[in-house]
Amino acid sequence: MPEAEARGRLSPGGGNGGEARGPKPAQRRHHQDHQGGGEQLGGADERAGGKQVLDRQLCSPPVSSQLPDGVNISKEARSAISRAASVFVLYATSCANNFAMKGKRKTLNASDVLSAMEEMEFQRFVTPLKEALEAYRREQKGKKEASEQKKKDKDKKTDSEEQDKSRDEDNDEDEERLEEEEQNEEEEVDN
Amino acid sequence: MADVVVGKDKCAEQRLISLPLSRIRVIMKSSPEVSSINQEALVLTAKATELFVQCLATYSYRHGSGKEKKVLTYSDLANTAQESETFQFLADILPKKILASKYLKMLKEEKREEDEENDNDNESDHDEAES
Repeated sequence: MPEAEARGRLSPGGGNGGEARGPKPAQRRHHQDHQGGGEQLGGADERAGGKQVLDRQLCSPPVSSQLPDGVNISKEARSAISRAASVFVLYATSCANNFAMKGKRKTLNASDVLSAMEEMEFQRFVTPLKEALEAYRREQKGKKEASEQKKKDKDKKTDSEEQDKSRDEDNDEDEERLEEEEQNEEEEVDN
Repeated sequence: MADVVVGKDKCAEQRLISLPLSRIRVIMKSSPEVSSINQEALVLTAKATELFVQCLATYSYRHGSGKEKKVLTYSDLANTAQESETFQFLADILPKKILASKYLKMLKEEKREEDEENDNDNESDHDEAES
């Protein structure tokens, strides 16, 4: 008889070890509205619907570049890694949110995320994250200065304006999208 | 490992190309009590997730038995979740596989224990009602 798979939602109760890290499978749906903090991991996963899986992008550069050459990743493993990543995001967000609330802030910021990493015992991430943050801030600053410079140029030179526009539209699109998202967030907070 | 990761980010555009920010934002927002998320926080979370995935994969591979066949398998990941303290939070979503027959047996035993408890409760209720 082939080995039947009994995993995922059907995880054996013994795996918990008594620790309430995540709600038991049968109770997941009912508890998701009542419990806060870490126990939301299971319920919130389902609420994010099919979108919780960060599948395809996850397993190309980030993973295979780290494994030795010629190593493959089974299909099941890929799907498991996606799920693990989603859980990680939720866990990190919940943790970071605790820090934000301690600081009486409603918006999660970079330092909250860094504190969350330490709390979750992923201190090894802190340094590379800080470096990435610096790089990101430099890039943002560069973009801002560049677009401000362009605005000044536009006023002066209306002839070359159209040439620049088509080239920059691609770059600006991302920025606008990001800005829009931020505005949406603010609106939500007001509501 | 940290050096390799940063080294790969040769130019700013490559920094987060592997993970979609919008998707990560959706997941973050699904967490209760989170009202809004700073753009930097989003970027950092995405980066951290990338690091996490690399970490999980390499650890699982090195400690797993898939090594012989040069493949990373589900069991490698499940073992990591069960045995490593750092990855304990994954224990529920990456359970080890068991035979269906064994699982059905466990279910039956649990049900039997529950029924026994209920019987005991009913008896004590009766006593209270009478007094």
